[in-house]
Amino acid sequence: MAETLIPIYIMGKRYEVPEGLTIMKALEWAGYQLIRGCGCRGGFCGACATVYRVPGDYRLKVGLACQTPIVPDMYLTELPFFPANKALYDLDQVGDRVDTLLELYPEVARCLGCNTCTKVCPQKLKPIDYIAAALRGDFPRAADLSFDCIMCGLCAARCPGELVPYNVALFVRRYYSKLIRIKPQHLKDRVAEITGGQHDQALADIAAMDEEALKKIYVERDFEKL
Amino acid sequence: MSGYPNEMRASIKRLEATRAFRLQQDIPRLTPEQKAQLLEQCHPDFRPEGMRPVRVGPNKGQRMQNELVDLLEGYGRLDPDRVDLQRVDRDVDVLVVGGGGGGVTAALLAHEHGARVLLTTKLRLGDANTIMAEGGIAAATQPNDSPYRHYLDTIGGGRFQNKRELVHALVHDAPLVVEWLKDLGAMFDTHPNGDLVVSFAGGQCRRRVHSCKDLSGLEFMRVLRDELYNKRIEVLEFSPVVELVLDDHGRCAGAILLNLETGEHTLVRARAVILATGGIGRLHPNQFPTTNHYGATADGLVIAYRAGAPLLHMDAIQYHPTGAAWPEQMLGQLITEALRGNGAQLVNVDGDRFINELETRDLTSSAIIREVRDRKKGIRTPTGMEGVWLDTALIDIRGGAGKLDRMFAGIVHRFKEYGIDVHKEPILVFPTQHYQNGGVEIDALGRTSIMGLFAAGEVSGGVQGRNRLGGNSLVDIFVFGRRAGKAAAEYAREAAPAGSLSLDHVRRYHRELAEAGIPKGKLSPMLLPDYTRPEVRERRYS
Repeated sequence: MAETLIPIYIMGKRYEVPEGLTIMKALEWAGYQLIRGCGCRGGFCGACATVYRVPGDYRLKVGLACQTPIVPDMYLTELPFFPANKALYDLDQVGDRVDTLLELYPEVARCLGCNTCTKVCPQKLKPIDYIAAALRGDFPRAADLSFDCIMCGLCAARCPGELVPYNVALFVRRYYSKLIRIKPQHLKDRVAEITGGQHDQALADIAAMDEEALKKIYVERDFEKL
Repeated sequence: MSGYPNEMRASIKRLEATRAFRLQQDIPRLTPEQKAQLLEQCHPDFRPEGMRPVRVGPNKGQRMQNELVDLLEGYGRLDPDRVDLQRVDRDVDVLVVGGGGGGVTAALLAHEHGARVLLTTKLRLGDANTIMAEGGIAAATQPNDSPYRHYLDTIGGGRFQNKRELVHALVHDAPLVVEWLKDLGAMFDTHPNGDLVVSFAGGQCRRRVHSCKDLSGLEFMRVLRDELYNKRIEVLEFSPVVELVLDDHGRCAGAILLNLETGEHTLVRARAVILATGGIGRLHPNQFPTTNHYGATADGLVIAYRAGAPLLHMDAIQYHPTGAAWPEQMLGQLITEALRGNGAQLVNVDGDRFINELETRDLTSSAIIREVRDRKKGIRTPTGMEGVWLDTALIDIRGGAGKLDRMFAGIVHRFKEYGIDVHKEPILVFPTQHYQNGGVEIDALGRTSIMGLFAAGEVSGGVQGRNRLGGNSLVDIFVFGRRAGKAAAEYAREAAPAGSLSLDHVRRYHRELAEAGIPKGKLSPMLLPDYTRPEVRERRYS
């Protein structure tokens, strides 16, 4: 299969690479054995945040190197690390939600409402909205809006108020999940049964079963309906 | 506009035509005889050319994947004579090797039990297979379920080869781990009344996989990482272990770390070492693509084996049935089993189903390979890749509009980028390497055969037998991460101090290699895959 080569500029240096590759595969095709800027290669880990421009357009574009196809003449760099502020806290010792938020991350009050974070998010989230929800104490909403965040660092890199939206969101989600949501009864019941030793006999019995007997009950077990 | 070319769209028409019939169609589970035959005919583990016996070490004579044998038969990256073992850079109670879910869990528990902990990892903290886990965590938390049923499914799925004490530990602790994660602030999917949402996975007879949308592993990993920072546990990134260090009594007493950026090595003395280095996907067994993260290069297996720890079931590799086969950019990436667990079906080029979608992964993958390779019923892409359809539209049809968006936003988003609307159009899939079922043999406390060396998660062997069930990996890393962390902290407190440090095991291993006639070529562990082109590598003259 004949490959069509297109020019790209990796940190300003020109390479010709096959059309259709992702930025990450183009880096490797060019000869980079990556140490930083490469993690899961599947769009989950946020290791490969990349910024680029294309000629004739003043706007800065962003993407994950592992997910974003190359375009001709793009000039790009990965941002494999960003020095982000993270507050330390103990979820067993925290107080009221908004008070705690402002204590840990006072800079959230500096949000200018410029919406640059939204423009830069490769997950197409709206950090401005979840920060606003968090500030007004609507942690369930903020948790939901921020859930798909992969903590790549791009919003923090661009925020003129110097917020680190993803660390704020992580605190909010943990606070919400631990302290606002109830613990389900079926989970409490099962944990109590196990710690009370109620399943020990059944497990001891099956663990002692010979292989033929085990195979028989395995084949005969009933399935919950889909 | 559809992201599928015209020639593939013709088959989608046939798939749409059979949808109403398939919704009513019941495909019975395979009998034990049918299972054995299908695996033998089609599972990649049964390809004779894929494996060979390893010539040295504790498992000498046993067959394993060629790519792994290449590394086990490699010489160490360090010349033991050049290492100054008198110069100890760090001295800790517990050294945790690996920054995925298992390692971070072990570090948290060791810390909780009073140990001075150092966690070292090859890439960034959290860059691991954990963060990519989509489907969720299996635990018998529902009233219609029990640890007993979870035990039965797990050991049957493992073809009855699992170590029983490990399965016992797994299913017993599973609900406790779900509670632990909830108390740490993990955002599980819930029903409006607060009960946890559970889905099926292949081979699980009850709905028991707890999810956080289709980003379950991401959610657990970022919560645990955050907690590790909150506890001020020290972390070294970009610092893989290249060799374990033993003492003169043969106990594990530390490790040698490589700073990937400066090339400098450091020596860490530790009372106990916990290996949580994950799997081998980036060795690409049988040349399959993989769902695994960049660092999955079997490093932990190699260094533990060289120190004398036997491996278990390393001839059993898991190929996930549904790796993406189109678009080309997503080749091999994971398409979560939870889609099948919520009603998505596998369909061939004619629009027909060919397997019960909730069979175990080894069987489902084998059936897809049979459909494409033997029966010629695959769908061909313009680049020559073949696969079968995963009919995702059924999820909204069965569960009501909005279910796909609610539970599988990640899948919806990633395919939308390529013009594919999974609410209406199917996903093209083919098996992709996903997991090593075996690993370093452990007991129920995560102890290996080497005193002071513990292992947890994918690097360990015995929990999953010869085939792991969906949902059983996330539970494995937390259950055994917790057990190993606690046991290592207690061991570190009680064990006699280490004797003098030694790399004699490396010297012995090198001698054994030489005596087997194996020349010094490839060095191991591999540390990083190299996806650059041969044309470039050939011209690195210096």
